Amino acid sequence: MMKNKRIIADISVIAFFLIVSLLLFLYLRGGKEGSEVRVMVEGKEIGVYSLSKDGEYTLNGGTNILTIKDGKAYMVDADCPDKLCVRQGKIHRNGETITCLPNKLTVTVIEEEGEVDFVL
Amino acid sequence: METRKIARMGLLVALSMILSYVESLIPAFVAVPGVKVGLANIVVVFALYTLGPIEALAVSLIRVVLSSLLFGSVLSLLYSLSGALLSLVGMILMKKAKIFSITVVSVTGGVLHNVGQILVACLVLETDVLLYYLPVLILSGTITGAVIGIIASLVIKRLENNLRS
Repeated sequence: MMKNKRIIADISVIAFFLIVSLLLFLYLRGGKEGSEVRVMVEGKEIGVYSLSKDGEYTLNGGTNILTIKDGKAYMVDADCPDKLCVRQGKIHRNGETITCLPNKLTVTVIEEEGEVDFVL
Repeated sequence: METRKIARMGLLVALSMILSYVESLIPAFVAVPGVKVGLANIVVVFALYTLGPIEALAVSLIRVVLSSLLFGSVLSLLYSLSGALLSLVGMILMKKAKIFSITVVSVTGGVLHNVGQILVACLVLETDVLLYYLPVLILSGTITGAVIGIIASLVIKRLENNLRS
């Protein structure tokens, strides 16, 4: 009996984390197509670029290079060693974010109004 | 404090430093900042179950400070410290409940580690957009926590008898 109780307790904890993760995923990913990306460094906005205009932008004095093409934004280069931001791929839905932790830089898709869709 | 305990803690710090170094060699396998296997947590879970909460806390803190200075940066120290602290507090509470297996205690630790890191990253970058990664980080924390927990419980089981002597 004791053993059964343990297994149930264990499974419920793991199920809890999986469900929380799934719910958050559904909540955060449901975004519509965004229209602009906002680039922030340490909480300060350093630029807003339209997703409907193709272009390549040098960010933050050259630490990161952002490309916008066919309504999608992605990082093509960065000066950090792991280049995680480049590997994070293309973003275009409202709220989607590319992060470069070493350079403290984030690129977030927003709607015209300038506000991100989700509030936590 | 018992001399034997101090010696064991030193040994565990050394071991966790090696695991941190090995981990720093593994390239990131998911393009999300903060996703890691957390090999050094095997040692922390082991210390928690064979030595006690205070000892596990000491091993964990010394490990984080030393390995961040050696293999990371001041910023990574901040992320690791918050992750390690939140994770250990969670694991101590889960262990106190006495109804959870080592694996699930470690799962909680893994999830809280990632949550702690992302919260501090939000503070450092002064933005909440990072919460976008929360679902992935909770999922990865569950998986890596389970792997680490299974390894730790195997090690604890095998060494239990030797440790009593």
